[in-house]
Amino acid sequence: MFDYMTLRLIWWAILGVLLIGFAVMDGFDLGVAMLHPFVAKTDTQRRVVLNTIGPVWEGNQVWFILAGGATFAAWPYVYSVSFSGFYLAMMLVLVGLILRPVAISFRSKTNSAVWRETWDWLFFISGVLPSLLFGIAFGNLFVGTPFYFDPTLRVVYEGDIFGLLNPFSLLCGLVSLALLLMQGAAWLNVKADGEVAVNARRLGRRAAITLVILITVAGGWLSFGVDGYLVTSQLDPTGPSNPLLKTVVNVPGAWITNYKLYPWSIAAPILAYLGAIFMIIMALARKHRASLVASSVSVAAIVLMAGFSLFPFLMPSSSHPEQSLTVWDASSSEMTLGLMLVATVFFLPIILAYTCWVYRVLRGVVTETAILSGNDHYY
Amino acid sequence: MMDLDVVTLSRLQFALTALYHFLFVPLTLGLSLLLAIMESVYVMTGRTVWRDAVKFWGTLFGINFVMGVATGVTMEFQFGTNWAYYAHYVGDIFGVPLAIEGLMAFFLEATFVGLFFFGWKRLSKVQHLIVTWCVALGSNFSALWILIANAWMSNPVGAKFNPQTMRMELSSFKDLFFNPVAQSKFVHTVSAGYVTGAVFVMSIGAYYIFRKRHVDIARRSLTVAASFGLASALSVVVLGDESGYTAGENQKMKIAAIEAMWETEPAPASFTLFGFPDLETKTTKNEISIPYVLGLIATRSLDTPVVGIMPLVDQAEKRIKNGLSGYQWISKEGGRAHAVVPDDLENSMKDVGYSLLLKRIRPDIENATDEEIHQAALSTIPDVPVLFWSFRIMVALGFYFIALFSVAFYLSSRRRCARPWFLIMTMASLPFPWVAAELGWIVAEYGRQPWIIDGVMPTFLGVSGVPATNVAFSLAAFVLFYSTLAIVDIVLIIKYIRIGPYDHGVGDQCSMPLSSSMNA
Repeated sequence: MFDYMTLRLIWWAILGVLLIGFAVMDGFDLGVAMLHPFVAKTDTQRRVVLNTIGPVWEGNQVWFILAGGATFAAWPYVYSVSFSGFYLAMMLVLVGLILRPVAISFRSKTNSAVWRETWDWLFFISGVLPSLLFGIAFGNLFVGTPFYFDPTLRVVYEGDIFGLLNPFSLLCGLVSLALLLMQGAAWLNVKADGEVAVNARRLGRRAAITLVILITVAGGWLSFGVDGYLVTSQLDPTGPSNPLLKTVVNVPGAWITNYKLYPWSIAAPILAYLGAIFMIIMALARKHRASLVASSVSVAAIVLMAGFSLFPFLMPSSSHPEQSLTVWDASSSEMTLGLMLVATVFFLPIILAYTCWVYRVLRGVVTETAILSGNDHYY
Repeated sequence: MMDLDVVTLSRLQFALTALYHFLFVPLTLGLSLLLAIMESVYVMTGRTVWRDAVKFWGTLFGINFVMGVATGVTMEFQFGTNWAYYAHYVGDIFGVPLAIEGLMAFFLEATFVGLFFFGWKRLSKVQHLIVTWCVALGSNFSALWILIANAWMSNPVGAKFNPQTMRMELSSFKDLFFNPVAQSKFVHTVSAGYVTGAVFVMSIGAYYIFRKRHVDIARRSLTVAASFGLASALSVVVLGDESGYTAGENQKMKIAAIEAMWETEPAPASFTLFGFPDLETKTTKNEISIPYVLGLIATRSLDTPVVGIMPLVDQAEKRIKNGLSGYQWISKEGGRAHAVVPDDLENSMKDVGYSLLLKRIRPDIENATDEEIHQAALSTIPDVPVLFWSFRIMVALGFYFIALFSVAFYLSSRRRCARPWFLIMTMASLPFPWVAAELGWIVAEYGRQPWIIDGVMPTFLGVSGVPATNVAFSLAAFVLFYSTLAIVDIVLIIKYIRIGPYDHGVGDQCSMPLSSSMNA
């Protein structure tokens, strides 16, 4: 079928697709969770906000589960190093991912105001924690994290959670917050009406503008302030998945070399900007769906930017750069990649098809009147 | 005082979170299928009482489902956070079924579950029925792939060690998929889930009949659950027996430990019904045995002996010694770009996993003394008394379920299920499927110890290099967090059982408006 090198490249792309799927689909859920105390004041409004994502959040979350599973299967080094290295951060993400389903489902199940107020706050936290931490984690991919392997390829992680909180990564955390707030606002703009939608438009505008400023700062910082990594030895793209067989240096400006090598990749940052700008313009023009599409383009483009800048690195090591994980030496075996490709090519179109059908069935605005009438299922 | 190192803490955390997750999974498996069956009856007969039944059980299903989803994420995380070396060592194989589970099953289940609740007014009857079936199919497929992954840990087929990457790699997907342990585990586990769903529906149905509320829905639900449950309970016991057979083939030690059979018995081996296994003297006191039965279960014959624990320890000792030359070769040549296992070491390579048991005793295992090798071989004995008793209680419950469902089936077919003794017995049976399911997990997974992958990697080697304090912290957090959620979950389930099917309008049993004064 394909050779090992092509398979690795394809799986790098599939990982990108899954992360984009997660950031776009689950992104608006996370954004909605963060926005809801600010866009919705009354109990009915909060229920409107919850019910815009009520029927779809489960499916959206699977993008994350699948991205995790696919990383485990296709990039086991990345899975084991990142999850164990970022242990406490991952546990906090997990708190968010556990709280969200229960908050959505349990909040309106009793009519005690204290109960609902509590779940509303937990719902808010369940949006902030993963959004912020995923951004910080991505930031640390650029900065590099301190890990190395012993001769049995057991990973030893030398940092702690505070090491993850460096300035550039914190900035990436803010980028992620702004990005998902924008996405959440664009979604609410499509699915809610009245005061909620008005508030969402206002906050979405601010988020998009903040995003444009933040990615400009982050881009400049990345080009001139963050030392990138560069493979300096031969690295056989069909060689064994063993990250100990190369040499790497840590040099300024290395994270923008790909944009010079492959000028077409500049499309990613351009789309990131254009998406955010059109998100605002389309919302002002009352073309809400177009605004959501523009926002999603921006979200996807930012994931692509990260991938393009890092390539071929997946996870650089700051303490032992020569042991960094790259696309060419951190994958699964050729057989596993081939097999998983067949499964993905078969199932992904089916998933997209039924997801589209479900969204079509659920189309339309969630209104306060409908919720108050109580003659349909609502959270 | 237990030695609370990172291995112990990680194992405790995994066991706790897996057992907790497994409180919700069996009910999702069983109830989703029961919902699909009841809704099929609704679509075929057009009688709205069936739709109301589906909506009512659906509400309880929803509360349970959300907990299952939430706690399932933890499981996916933990292979990476707490078992990083395991994840690296076998991700090439173990990750495959997990990823396919996401693609084929979980996406299906999770995408349609929202439509199950929100689609009643947006879909035609048949469309909605298809949605419900997709949820049921999705959750069952999900169990299939998870159990393929899980069974591989007990019977690691279709994989080979690659010295260049220092890990196990997939050599045959066919072997992985058609792993006999996976097949019997799958049928056994989903059947256990169906039993759980059936007992759940029957107990709550019995409660309504007892209280003379919602008798129309309760009686119908009870009838469906009784017949569905009877078939499932028979399957769980028969295919549990099939699990026994495959365990006998692949995991001789597990079955010997379950039996507390210290020495090989002449064929056909008898089954110890009762007794007190003693770890110190390696004997079982006050045994009551049934002749022939174990031999039949484990070997399907009357002339093949079932091997006892101590002879298996002797075998382990030989394998530990045999693996050492392979281990030494890996220490020297492993990780090189062109390393290939020499032909004359192939045999020793198969036993390197056994040699690794010595790592718990000393790091330089090539210098191990005979005494240390013997000690390592003894560590292959799992916790005999726990397995012995867990297994017996689980099997007893299995037979109890057959009896319960038979009675229920008989009474409901005669329309006599309102008898108080029957209703009380059924209500009291509510917790039993969970007890059996959790014990089943203990037999299967705790019984696999000391291995994380049978014969390939000892559990203690699989852990991440995280500080023990971090794991202690997360474990404490899980205990607190999960306990709170459990209380909330039970409170809500009880509340919705109390409310019942009709008291909140036919359309909406899921949530309620905040009273208007609060909403102002």
